[in-house]
Amino acid sequence: MEFPVSPSPHVVAGFTVPRVMFQVLLALVPVLAVQVYLFGPGPLGLVATASATALGCEALALALRRRSSQAALRDGSVLVTAALLALSVPPLLPWWLMVFGTAFAVLIGKHAYGGLGQNPFNPAMVGYAVLLVSFPLEMTRWPLPGPPWDALTGATALDAIANGLRQGYTMEEVRAGAGFGAIGAAGGEWVNLAALAGGAYLLARRIIRWHIPVGMLAGLAVPAALAHGLDPGAHPGALFHLASGAAMLGAFFIATDPVSAATSDRGRLIYGAGIGVLTWIIRSWGGYPDGVAFAVLLMNLTVPLLDRGTVPRIHGQPGR
Amino acid sequence: MNARPALRGGLRVDSHKARPLEQPIATLPPPAFAVLALDQGSGEPAQAIVTPGTPVRVGTPIAIGRGAAADLHSPVSGTVSAVESRPTVAGTGPCVVVANDGGNERDSGLAPLDWITLDPAVLVERLASGGLAGLGGAAFPTAGKLALARAAGVEWLLVNGAECEPWICCDDALMRERAAEVVLGTRVLRAACGAARATIALEDDKPEARAVLASALAASGDDRIELVVLPAVYPLGAEGLLIAAVTGREVPRGALPPEVGVLCQNVGTAAGVARLVTEGLPLLSRVVTVTGGGVRRPMNLEARIGTPVADLVAACGGYDELRPPVRLVAGGSLTGRALASDAVAVTKGLNCVLVATAADLPGRGAEMPCIRCGDCATTCPIGLLPQQLHRAAMADDAAALERFGLADCIECGCCDYVCPSGIPLTARFHAARERQQLHEAGRRRAAEAKQRYERHRRRLDEQVEAERRAFEEARRRARGDGAGGA
Repeated sequence: MEFPVSPSPHVVAGFTVPRVMFQVLLALVPVLAVQVYLFGPGPLGLVATASATALGCEALALALRRRSSQAALRDGSVLVTAALLALSVPPLLPWWLMVFGTAFAVLIGKHAYGGLGQNPFNPAMVGYAVLLVSFPLEMTRWPLPGPPWDALTGATALDAIANGLRQGYTMEEVRAGAGFGAIGAAGGEWVNLAALAGGAYLLARRIIRWHIPVGMLAGLAVPAALAHGLDPGAHPGALFHLASGAAMLGAFFIATDPVSAATSDRGRLIYGAGIGVLTWIIRSWGGYPDGVAFAVLLMNLTVPLLDRGTVPRIHGQPGR
Repeated sequence: MNARPALRGGLRVDSHKARPLEQPIATLPPPAFAVLALDQGSGEPAQAIVTPGTPVRVGTPIAIGRGAAADLHSPVSGTVSAVESRPTVAGTGPCVVVANDGGNERDSGLAPLDWITLDPAVLVERLASGGLAGLGGAAFPTAGKLALARAAGVEWLLVNGAECEPWICCDDALMRERAAEVVLGTRVLRAACGAARATIALEDDKPEARAVLASALAASGDDRIELVVLPAVYPLGAEGLLIAAVTGREVPRGALPPEVGVLCQNVGTAAGVARLVTEGLPLLSRVVTVTGGGVRRPMNLEARIGTPVADLVAACGGYDELRPPVRLVAGGSLTGRALASDAVAVTKGLNCVLVATAADLPGRGAEMPCIRCGDCATTCPIGLLPQQLHRAAMADDAAALERFGLADCIECGCCDYVCPSGIPLTARFHAARERQQLHEAGRRRAAEAKQRYERHRRRLDEQVEAERRAFEEARRRARGDGAGGA
């Protein structure tokens, strides 16, 4: 009897990229739910707008590159980019800015470099950075949580601390303001909690591994705690930093984008720690309220170096 | 006994070993025609010493080993009917075909050995003439390994019962039924290689084998042999990884285990050594697992070397028409070789015939780009970064392939197994390695040509120099003569 032949191994586990991507989308549901609860239906509209834009741009880019769009559109990666961007921007962002940011993320951030697996920068953060530097006003106006859902505070909690301290207010005075919750930003602390829950799910399902989140959260918390211990009047503590801005979303969903992250375990730990420290530096002294996006993009730049310098020891070879 | 983990990475997957182990090893009758591939699995053919028409008996040597090939004996009595190229487990290669006359007459050449009083060097000699070879799959001559080990002065013999690859269970069956032979073979091998201690290693998914081995060990009274139980994780049974798990020593790249003081032998080989010692029998048969959803009654068979695989499948009830096989694999699902036909015959290196249905081998989807998720690096048992290695292989970047350890890859297939992008990593690495060997051969040929040319130039120069010297000598003499005459 005759049989077809093929190279070994003859069996695979059947994990797929679409499965990974849809698990990430599933883990983002709590973040979306909390945002909708706090800020009204705005985030839903943004996610829908961003998703539709992303799919359209992916199809366009693939057509321009003369690639089949079937598998790529179904792999879910572009939806993850869209969802991360939509959940990072303020809930009342005008729809056309969402369209612009998403299109930039997909067309320039992803496909200009060769599409899935090739982009050196996190596409969602490319979109975010472009929006932030182009439309700083719209990108920093976060609403207060709860109805009527259109009251603009004009500044985030991180922003308020930076500006307040600069204008001579004490930390206590600043934190007594409307934008603050029990430990972090009002509302923002709940969003961070939801992202932490989603991240725990991804860890439990082994979609992501611990090195980047632990590195980033430690990189953010350790300097924050040290600075707070030295000068509590000028620096909010570690808990505030962990519960504000995009700390948890960044640690579990954004920094963990494998394509643009370092690839060895040790490299990922350093990569995550770098993002955490840079986030803290930008938050403390930078001109922008939150530093996660820029921290991620800056650490993306270091990835080739990290990959070169963190090759693990191979069995039977002396340590490097 | 080991505090540190036995293995970094690896796979814990369904082993599919239970069904063939439900019944004892069945002995297959000798085939009508024994087809003996001169390459029994080590990659090097033995030298045939028979021609069509040569009469042979059971145990008559038909080919002489050299290098990585062991001696080969006729497993049946009868007449050599052909020496020709045929499809084999390894592809296509020269084979000796013996027509069985049904007589089952034994060659008188070999006698039982008194191994305890025997000089180890003589024992190594006898193992060589008995055709013993690694039955774990590599089929490397046991005598060659022993000679290397003796020369290196190894102190530790490791007998490998860590049969870790899914589907394969011939060693488990053998340990359950012939534990005494395994123990005796271990004692003989320890004495022959001069090691102070011996360890029989197996995994914790083989409690039955462990129990009988433990009592066989106790019965032997040999306190220099210990039994070690390791976690069942693939590919812990790979020689280098098992040595590291048991002894804590890592074999450097390009080196052999004796260089770290260890000799590794398979349990089936140990049992074969026992038979050689007690009965004077050369290696004529081996246990083969015949399994998979596509065969009616999966079981372990003791088959003569040279028995066609089709006979093995037939002995197991044949192919199941209701579940048509999609692959016939020599070996397990992760490292086995897909066979084009069941006409090929059992070799010393064939441990398993997997008659796999589509359900047995969930295949990969369409290949997608690597997303650098790193699952491959997490599972790689020797600490490679397959995602980086793959990039280097696609770019044919020799420096990066070297840096990321292409030469260290053991082709276990773990990275392929977990890759969410369905990338055939192992096949790509194998191809990259073959390309490198090709380049290497080209470089060697070029270097040899250069050397020939340079030697040729040097000879020419020397010739010119000699002629010049002769000429000057002649002139000086002429001038001297002239001066003398003046």
